[in-house]
Amino acid sequence: MDVRHLKQYFHINDAFTIKAVDDISFQLHRGEIFGLAGESGSGKSTLARTLLGLYLPTDGEIYYKKYCISDKHIYQQHKKELQKNIQIIFQDSAAALNPRMTVEEIIAEPLIIHHIYSRKAERRAKIHDLLKLVGLDYNFSRCYPTELSGGQRQRVSIARSISLDPALIIADEPVASLDVSIQAQIINLFQTLQREKKFTFLFIAHDLSLLRFLSDRIGVMYRGKMMELAETEEVFSNPLHPYTKSLLSAIPVPDPIYERTKKFLTFDETQLVENACWQESRKEHYVLV
Amino acid sequence: MTFVKVIFYRKALDMDNVLQIENLSVSFATEAGEIEAVRDVSLSLGKGETLAIVGESGCGKSVLCKSILKLLPSNAFIKQGKIIAGDQDITEFSEMQMRSLRGSLFSMVFQDPMLSLNPTIPVGQQIIEAILSHQNLSQKVAAKRALELLTWVGLEEPAQRFYLQPHFFSGGMCQRCVLAIALASQPQILFADEPTTALDVTMQAQILDLLKSIQEKLGLSMVFISHDLGVVARIADRIAIMYAGKIVEIGTAEDIFYDPRHPYTWGLLQAQPCFTARGSRLHNIPGMPPALLQPPQGDAFAVRNEYALKIDYEKMPPFYKISETHSAATWLLDPRAPQMVIPENLQIRCEHIG
Repeated sequence: MDVRHLKQYFHINDAFTIKAVDDISFQLHRGEIFGLAGESGSGKSTLARTLLGLYLPTDGEIYYKKYCISDKHIYQQHKKELQKNIQIIFQDSAAALNPRMTVEEIIAEPLIIHHIYSRKAERRAKIHDLLKLVGLDYNFSRCYPTELSGGQRQRVSIARSISLDPALIIADEPVASLDVSIQAQIINLFQTLQREKKFTFLFIAHDLSLLRFLSDRIGVMYRGKMMELAETEEVFSNPLHPYTKSLLSAIPVPDPIYERTKKFLTFDETQLVENACWQESRKEHYVLV
Repeated sequence: MTFVKVIFYRKALDMDNVLQIENLSVSFATEAGEIEAVRDVSLSLGKGETLAIVGESGCGKSVLCKSILKLLPSNAFIKQGKIIAGDQDITEFSEMQMRSLRGSLFSMVFQDPMLSLNPTIPVGQQIIEAILSHQNLSQKVAAKRALELLTWVGLEEPAQRFYLQPHFFSGGMCQRCVLAIALASQPQILFADEPTTALDVTMQAQILDLLKSIQEKLGLSMVFISHDLGVVARIADRIAIMYAGKIVEIGTAEDIFYDPRHPYTWGLLQAQPCFTARGSRLHNIPGMPPALLQPPQGDAFAVRNEYALKIDYEKMPPFYKISETHSAATWLLDPRAPQMVIPENLQIRCEHIG
């Protein structure tokens, strides 16, 4: 996927426009895990939804394979294929799953829409396979989402998103509302699935320590703009943008003596350079200066 | 290592206790039976000290706090034990008596700031309300004091935001307002129930710094509840690890982070991504915390514990004292138990980030 100068504005009234995504360009390579970091309100989720085709971008182009999917007509033409290949996992699994459907119905829905299996028995076998893949017993297939815990619900959403073998999965803060130990289980699950199925994975999180563990490359967003983009270790060992440094300093470290003396770097708008441009300051390391 | 019954030592023994809990058990009466949410917990909180209670969801952290404030639903009851706040035994206090204590002796900050504030009333008015309910002041003086509080908790442009409803605010700003309300009548003990869980990392760091500075200024004692050991490292003096309604390990922050003894504490620490090398699997604690309808006979953690001994399934482990400040309830510390070493990746402390 290739994103070029993407802009997503929300027009509130004549005097006020929210620039949720403002001139962002980056590429997603096939089979990589791309981490997107930034504080709340920095436009990460808007970017995810625009990539998914839920919003029509104000300006700029998104290319998937060779189709320009930011164009309405091209999107409509290939709608089925695109929707099959790009899937999303939301943060709040309670809101993402229909409370009136059983787990089996939830996972079956995309399979029915895309006519994957004609026979019911085949579909049921597939659902049981999927449940097993995400670490759930098939006894869960008759449960309703309210009967499940947060971690189990998130597993169901993961099962639903991989049911069509998509090429790209966007995960919008999938573990933010989970306990640390459950979070570790879900992260492991993502890692296993990604290695097995080799899908491209866009992982959105506000916690850089998770991204360091999981992702190949990291992009840092602030106020709708991409501030820095580089390989994971490069971001951690050599952060160039002050906002990235501030984000890194906010990561809680489980070490009380270090933590008590640590200085938290604050970042505010005054440090933003006006008319900054996006440039490659080192190899594969882009920064907005 | 001597075999002691449940005795917890304070950081400094001469420190005054503002809160003491002795063998507290809290249960809920439900149709299915009795749910033992808190089981035989004893702890003490010194003046100006921060005690962090850490554990997974459903292990009784919040119930413990709410039972001290008596904010539990009517089907909850204190089965045994004592709660001593200041110099009073408040275990048997009535709702009327508790009302005079809430806010003045202790107050609480909850997880979701959006749900704690009334969406229809300007935040300034909500703080005034909290001040007037405990102090006999005129509206004008209270308003002035409320504005001071808002400035104090670090809300930018407090004068303009005084008249705004909570929906104009971000999560971090709301949490600052909630904190202002909690501090309105100068409490001695602040209970913070996962105050940063709903916030992102940057905001979390700011709120933690704020809590710390407020505490130093006021000499406030704080009980900080969290499920994330990384967060409490910054703020806690002492840490109690809770599992299935019981405290399994308690000690100073240094004890818990540099010399953890209970397998559950190991598990919680290892779940932190920074303890694991990139590309390998994160350590996780398999399974889920048990339902406390019928708590298991032995150690409740045994079924999820890779280091479990046979006796763990049969008998509850007693508290073993490791040092003056540090105790843990696990059979691994028994002299008869096989020698157990801390998992390797915990020994190698993570490289400092940033």
